[in-house]
Amino acid sequence: MLPYLINGVSVGGQYALIAIGYTLVYGILRLINFAHGDVFMVAGLLMVYSTASMPMYAALPLVLIATVILGFCIERAAYKPLRTAPRMSVMISAIGVSYLIQNLAFYLTGGVPQPVVNPIPWISENVMIFGESTKRVTLVTPVLTILLVAGLVYLINHTRIGLAMRAAAKDFETAQLMGIKINSVISFTFVIGSFLAAVGAMLYFTNYPSVAITSGGMPGLKAFVAAVFGGIGSIPGAVVGAFVIGLCEEIIKGIGLTTFSDAFTFALLIVVLCVKPTGLFGEKVTDKV
Amino acid sequence: MKRKETIWTAGILLVLLVLCVVLDASLPSYHIAVKVVEKASVYALVAVSMNLLNGFTGLFSLGQAGFMLLGAYAYGVLTIPVDKRPSVYQYFDGGAIQFSLPEAFSGFLGEGAGTVAGMLAALLVGGLLAALFAFLIGLPVLRLKSDYLAIATLGFAEILKAFFQWNALGPITNGSNLLKSYPVFSHPTAYVVLAGILIAFIVLLINSTYGRAFMAIRDDEVAAEAMGINLARHKRMAFIISSFFAGVGGGMLAMYMGTIAAAPFKSAMTYEILLIVVIGGIGSITGSVLASFLYILSSEWLLRGLDSGSFLGINAPGLFKNGFRMAVFSVIIMIVVLFFRKGIMGDKELPDLFRRQSRRERPEKGGAGNG
Repeated sequence: MLPYLINGVSVGGQYALIAIGYTLVYGILRLINFAHGDVFMVAGLLMVYSTASMPMYAALPLVLIATVILGFCIERAAYKPLRTAPRMSVMISAIGVSYLIQNLAFYLTGGVPQPVVNPIPWISENVMIFGESTKRVTLVTPVLTILLVAGLVYLINHTRIGLAMRAAAKDFETAQLMGIKINSVISFTFVIGSFLAAVGAMLYFTNYPSVAITSGGMPGLKAFVAAVFGGIGSIPGAVVGAFVIGLCEEIIKGIGLTTFSDAFTFALLIVVLCVKPTGLFGEKVTDKV
Repeated sequence: MKRKETIWTAGILLVLLVLCVVLDASLPSYHIAVKVVEKASVYALVAVSMNLLNGFTGLFSLGQAGFMLLGAYAYGVLTIPVDKRPSVYQYFDGGAIQFSLPEAFSGFLGEGAGTVAGMLAALLVGGLLAALFAFLIGLPVLRLKSDYLAIATLGFAEILKAFFQWNALGPITNGSNLLKSYPVFSHPTAYVVLAGILIAFIVLLINSTYGRAFMAIRDDEVAAEAMGINLARHKRMAFIISSFFAGVGGGMLAMYMGTIAAAPFKSAMTYEILLIVVIGGIGSITGSVLASFLYILSSEWLLRGLDSGSFLGINAPGLFKNGFRMAVFSVIIMIVVLFFRKGIMGDKELPDLFRRQSRRERPEKGGAGNG
């Protein structure tokens, strides 16, 4: 059971990094960014390509920057024009973007899953913990996640842009009236979300043999569930939710019900939505129409 | 004026039907045009069922693939001939169910009519099963607001997919193996007529008092409730009816595909159908049907060249390689989503197109009385 628990913490950390992207965007735009999982997948592909063709100190920053640019462009191209449109239109646009990214990735990769060949050697090395052998990434992930989240919480609570983000999440229109440049706040949110997703992708795909174009869908949806479970809009909530889901999933695999590890996540979602729609740490939201 | 529209509409539908019969008679069943008509009819039905929910009732549900999965499996499980079951269910000792509806009906209706009746009955069972699940899942889920509802229904579809691949259910669902060897309609006319009749039912529903109640809920829930519309009841009804038709559509898709596996019924399928609805116009039945045919026609036939080297006489194997078609397609979809948000038809229907002159004379009369 122990290796499953260790894995669960690690997977949870990776989900947490994705979930923050969902929760931040939802907090401000009230939009489920369906394309976020695909941004995550693109980051994985970028990592595969860039580490194969250049040294690591150049490749990893490149992945981060390219993913951030992708997130920024998606927001500018697909969500900004629909700022005043009904929420359903924006959600459809998000689904369209997801569809577009997957199809473009299919075209560019030729539809063949791209093999992950030891992209970041240091974190793929085996280490011993409690007498179990595991990859170093398993230990690095939770630590890195906590550090990044701490940085993010500081950013949101103690800087001007963080203040602007909180204001925008509280009340979109009033924030605008107060002179907050709402578009740059939203762009910044997408930049943070994509950055964390890129870090998550690097850690996540080290454990997998290949990156396929559909690889982003499941982790993306699960991270969203984590965000809802923890209370959407709340960063600590998303992190706790992600760790809980990561652990539960691995425990279910440990019992031998691998088929249901995905289904469990969604069952949890439905239960949470029906019993406590605001999640663990969510505030009582007044519906913005 | 109303009569003129009806005549025109009926005329167009009749012409299309005749075209389909001619196509059926003149082309072999493996011809790409025949395949396009078959698949497009199925997609039209499913798209209309989704439109009923998303466009007319304003419930943003993404569970369509799950309900189609139910319909497809119900159809397959109930129609595989008994003597073929051992080979289909080879890993599960021939399966748990040892009868098939077409054969059961053949017993007292004769070979031909019995088979058809059995197939239709299996489709119906698939629809009813989907409706039953919609009822159960709707109890908790329909209380949720827009995007939560979307994600919950999406999750439900994923759960269903996992269940159908579960080995313990293997004697019924064949686990993660294919269901095959079941009887199918071999004529495109059959698909068109069946889908047409079902869509006609949806049109009648939308033009009934229930349909108006659905639209009232979509436009303003509070106002609708104030008018005495029971929100919970009508939402549940729309959800169940839409799922019923999605289930039947799933069964028909199973017929078209020839084999059933849980894997294709993933969220991408729901997205595809949703995008068809958007292209056609959210809230227009005609739009959904038209968009289905356009979408399937171009993706299955017209744009094939984009994937295989040469398109419109341009030969560029480097550019036009596998996947380019869908990439072009999704760009077009994004353009529609961003810049032509009304889609092809907006919220107009076929008869509305013949009303242009009359509108100037009688501006406010008639309202939404179309059909």
